[in-house]
Amino acid sequence: MSQHLPILPILIPMIGGLLLLLPPFTGPEKYQFRRVASILLIVLQLVCAVVLLQNVSYGGAIMYAVGDWQPPFGIILYVDLLAALLVCLTSFLGLGILLYSLAGDDREGKYFHPLIHFQLLGIYGAFLTNDLFNLFVFFEVLLIASYTLLIHGGGKQKTAANVHYVILNLIGSSLFLFALGTLYGTLGTLNIADMSLRVSQISESEQLIAQAGASLLLIVFGLKAAMLPMHFWLPNVYGVASAPVAALFAIMTKVGVYCIFRVYTVIFGEQAGNLSNIVEPWIWPLAILSIIVGTIGALASPNLRALIGNLVIVSVGTLLITFAIRTPEATAAGLLYLIHSTLITGALFLLADLLGQQRGKAFDYFVVARKIGQQKVAGICFLIAAMAVAGLPPFSGFLSKLVILQSAIGTAEKVWVWSVLLLSSLMAIIALSRAGTTLFWRYTTPTKENEETNASNWQLAGVFVLLTASPLLVLFGAPLIQLTSDAAAQLHDLPLLIEVMNFNGDMP
Amino acid sequence: METLYVICVGVVTFCGVFLCLRGRTFSVVVGLTLLSYAVNLFLFSSGRLHLDGAAILGMSEKYADPLPQALVLTAIVIGFAMIAFVVILSMRARADLGNDFVDGREPPDDEKLLKPRRGRL
Repeated sequence: MSQHLPILPILIPMIGGLLLLLPPFTGPEKYQFRRVASILLIVLQLVCAVVLLQNVSYGGAIMYAVGDWQPPFGIILYVDLLAALLVCLTSFLGLGILLYSLAGDDREGKYFHPLIHFQLLGIYGAFLTNDLFNLFVFFEVLLIASYTLLIHGGGKQKTAANVHYVILNLIGSSLFLFALGTLYGTLGTLNIADMSLRVSQISESEQLIAQAGASLLLIVFGLKAAMLPMHFWLPNVYGVASAPVAALFAIMTKVGVYCIFRVYTVIFGEQAGNLSNIVEPWIWPLAILSIIVGTIGALASPNLRALIGNLVIVSVGTLLITFAIRTPEATAAGLLYLIHSTLITGALFLLADLLGQQRGKAFDYFVVARKIGQQKVAGICFLIAAMAVAGLPPFSGFLSKLVILQSAIGTAEKVWVWSVLLLSSLMAIIALSRAGTTLFWRYTTPTKENEETNASNWQLAGVFVLLTASPLLVLFGAPLIQLTSDAAAQLHDLPLLIEVMNFNGDMP
Repeated sequence: METLYVICVGVVTFCGVFLCLRGRTFSVVVGLTLLSYAVNLFLFSSGRLHLDGAAILGMSEKYADPLPQALVLTAIVIGFAMIAFVVILSMRARADLGNDFVDGREPPDDEKLLKPRRGRL
């Protein structure tokens, strides 16, 4: 059993999701069954991910050949600390959003729970795979689940946003395939480890073609990650999606960032000869511009969800900066920031919905509206989330941003990273305090007919689960930084990857 | 053969990109379909073009690379599913939004916007 552990995070949501489509889980009156099964499934995934993480951190990276077809030919899963950590993070986020959705979001359509599990399946697969074509397949799995989840519940706004989202991502998928064809034509393989060996051996004329393929891939990953010129879809899509879906999408941009880290560190990294670090000069300005544009967007947002969407763009820019520094220390810092920002933006999306439901028609727009029913609980949650996301001590945002600032070396890097990060944090504080004051302190005098619309305990539980992660990340900061440093060291350690893949002896 | 193949892929891609940039969902869907055809042809050629080559070793003197064929098969299936989805989505958008524009609303009519101003001048 234990040697099949790496594939379990993919199998559990796949089989579980399929079972959820069959009796006794079908039918509108059977929703209680679906809920129980869905929560059991996510807990199972979380346990599985934690065991996997433990195995990897004690026993080193694992290679799993599906159907025992050995690399470089078969479908290979490769679990290192980075992948295991991200799988863990995803399932934890999944638990939070499923708890929140039990309040009623899951009953707007029949297939909410199966779709969530298919989406999780795609995300796990994208993290675990070591084959570029397989990555494409898992991208499609997570995309088609996200298309349907986005439109879940229906409504004009959702349809309009979904049309843009689907068309954009279909063009992205085409570009992905073009890039794969180009890379396969020049390198003759799509196994990431094998590609990293071959990329330094190709001829001068083929290097140009491979470079074109690599740049195309950057566009695709940039679109998924909402990197600057491709970020226009994000605030709109995240703004209209129902709260649990938007919170789950918080991890989707991170999938794009993860792919940038993986592909451009392993394949086009230090060892790639003339092709080494080919995208780095592009990433620097794009990352900084992403932060600037995201910050301006956050200041200009008319409602809380758009504000959070723009903060997602800021976090993507910050992650890209840690990529562009190109040291294992910076990667480790980025990983810590990734964990923090995923959980906190997820919590913020849930919180925006929770607040909006208590403000009647105004929802989460920054206008004077009726008073929020649960001022204390919601207010404390919002304060914690806002302080964490802006990077104020004592929460996780402060810690992770501090580590990123420390990882910048060289005067030019320091000047850019310090000034951009700190200024954007200041702007985020301004935007969030404006949001908080309007949402909590400016309300109309209550009339008697206002019925109480308190948040259900499920909603509060979901928000609490995700929010408690922030102080915990700080409390267990030292072991966590150790873990992310190990993960980053593993990512940059190519000989280890080659060794795990058994490429040493019989390379063609 | 290579030149003809390249020209075909290029023309189909060009048409696909052109149609994707149009304003109405019908042409965009057709554009996406053309783009996925182009990408399938392109992917197929990444294993180089061979005549009379079997994809199995030992069955003929020359042999073709089987992997791109497998990749293309997967890509066709996925592409087909995605096109089916986008067709249904655009029909839903037509019903929900009341028009078939990608943006969900009709672009402002230039002539109507300009005429009153001219009248005042």
